[in-house]
Amino acid sequence: MSETAFYTKDLSVFYGEKQAIKKISMDFAAREVIALIGPSGCGKSTFLRSLNRMNDLIAGVRIEGEIWIGGRNINHPGTDVVRLRQNIGMVWQRANPFHKSIYENIVFGPRYHGIRDKRKLDEIVERCLRKTALWDEVKDRLNGSALALSGGQQQRLCIARSLAVQPSILLMDEPASALDPVSTAKIEELIAELKKEYCIVIVTHNMYQAARVSDRTGFFLMGDLVEYDNTQKIFTNPSNRSTDDYISGRFG
Amino acid sequence: MKAKTADRIAIAVIVAIACLIMAVLAALLGYLLFRGVSHISLHFLTSEPETIKTGGGIGPPLFNSIFLLVLTMIITVPLGLGAGIYMSEYARANRVTDFIRLVIEVLSSFPSIVVGLFGLLVFVQFFHLKYSLISGALALTVFNLPLMVRITEQAIRGVPREQKEAGLALGLSHWKTIRSVMLPMGFPNIMTGTILAAGRVFGEAAALLFTAGMSSPRLNFSDWNPTHLSSPLNPFRPAETLAVHIWKINSEGLAPDAPEIAAGASAVLIIIVLLFNFGARWLGRAIYRKFTATK
Repeated sequence: MSETAFYTKDLSVFYGEKQAIKKISMDFAAREVIALIGPSGCGKSTFLRSLNRMNDLIAGVRIEGEIWIGGRNINHPGTDVVRLRQNIGMVWQRANPFHKSIYENIVFGPRYHGIRDKRKLDEIVERCLRKTALWDEVKDRLNGSALALSGGQQQRLCIARSLAVQPSILLMDEPASALDPVSTAKIEELIAELKKEYCIVIVTHNMYQAARVSDRTGFFLMGDLVEYDNTQKIFTNPSNRSTDDYISGRFG
Repeated sequence: MKAKTADRIAIAVIVAIACLIMAVLAALLGYLLFRGVSHISLHFLTSEPETIKTGGGIGPPLFNSIFLLVLTMIITVPLGLGAGIYMSEYARANRVTDFIRLVIEVLSSFPSIVVGLFGLLVFVQFFHLKYSLISGALALTVFNLPLMVRITEQAIRGVPREQKEAGLALGLSHWKTIRSVMLPMGFPNIMTGTILAAGRVFGEAAALLFTAGMSSPRLNFSDWNPTHLSSPLNPFRPAETLAVHIWKINSEGLAPDAPEIAAGASAVLIIIVLLFNFGARWLGRAIYRKFTATK
């Protein structure tokens, strides 16, 4: 395992009185794909959304514990959340490009963070679209609406958009569950490619997908991290009974 | 079989109600336009009203209405946008917020004549603004602000949560996300709502009787210095708007052609409100397309 990108320590999330996440400690390495699996409502998405403090937006949510990134506990009240999020890209289940042109979608973040030079912005657009294998498909219509793209293309555009602000971590919340098999395959290829540079945490309902793309897998059940190990071990020889049951399809 | 019949009956009733509403609207518009359009001419639109002679026009009231509309919207739109954004994005769900919302609800259901009296006491007398356009505009702001706040709040709330999160996840500040992601998406709804509010301003009479006044000074349309009393652009002069003018000539008009003038003025009022509606709707869509690069 290479160097640790970030880790959580006893991270708990409460919705009002209800504890959705129970003291989870997990580490994530740079240039690694970690899959979070588990039945619906097990807390894997809640956990993911806590990592970039996106749950702050939801009224009544309380987060306890620590999230350490680059030597700082970002769950500290004094954390500059805005700066933090620049370092952590996020991709949602439903592609959510801005209602702007393809070009504007990508330069939106970098421009806000101070890059005004048109040549530099053009470079960023090309680099991000190449990384997400979209360049050849859209290079002739960069000023066209992002909403005119297909669902799979929109999702890759959203990934490209998050890459444009140069994060080191990518959080993906079921990025392919709304896509057809061909687009899903493209997203998975992309994840394998992006792994060379980023730490990617992906929530997925698709066990095959977890097995295909991830290096390590965490199995969540009712707010607990039941098992966290190498993907191969989780899928061939899990140590925990409920992991085995879930993976072999006996529940969930 | 039975469910199908019930379905048919329900649809027939709904269609009938829709047709009835359209028929009422068409009849009303048709009647007003039929009676009034023949009276509209360039002379009618530009000349001074006459008190006892025939041949009076509606030039100054028409100008006053438009100017008052602009003044009111200059005050209402920024306040309404600001309050709406605050209520939808920044206000925490607590008792104070609930109270503000209650106040907005109550304010929006106030009768306009009461708003007029409030304007008389506060703006005209207490703040010594006298009968003036600015008093009228402030009274209409009281009248319109609740609507504007609610429109903005709903438009912002209507933006999908993922769009907001996408902005924040890029490391944008909350305010930048609101300004550059959420407001453009809510823009068509805000625009439509603003037009509704503007339409109310244009047609309002009761709230203006005691605030903007029921008469205008002699206006000199070649003097555009806003500090001169006879300048049309002076916001501190009294002003009789088109709706007030209609009410006045209908109730106490001495000119022999008062009914025709009232009919013509009503037709003008309706036409302008319609134009305003369609024009702004078109503008809203055009700006949205520009923002979003959709064809």
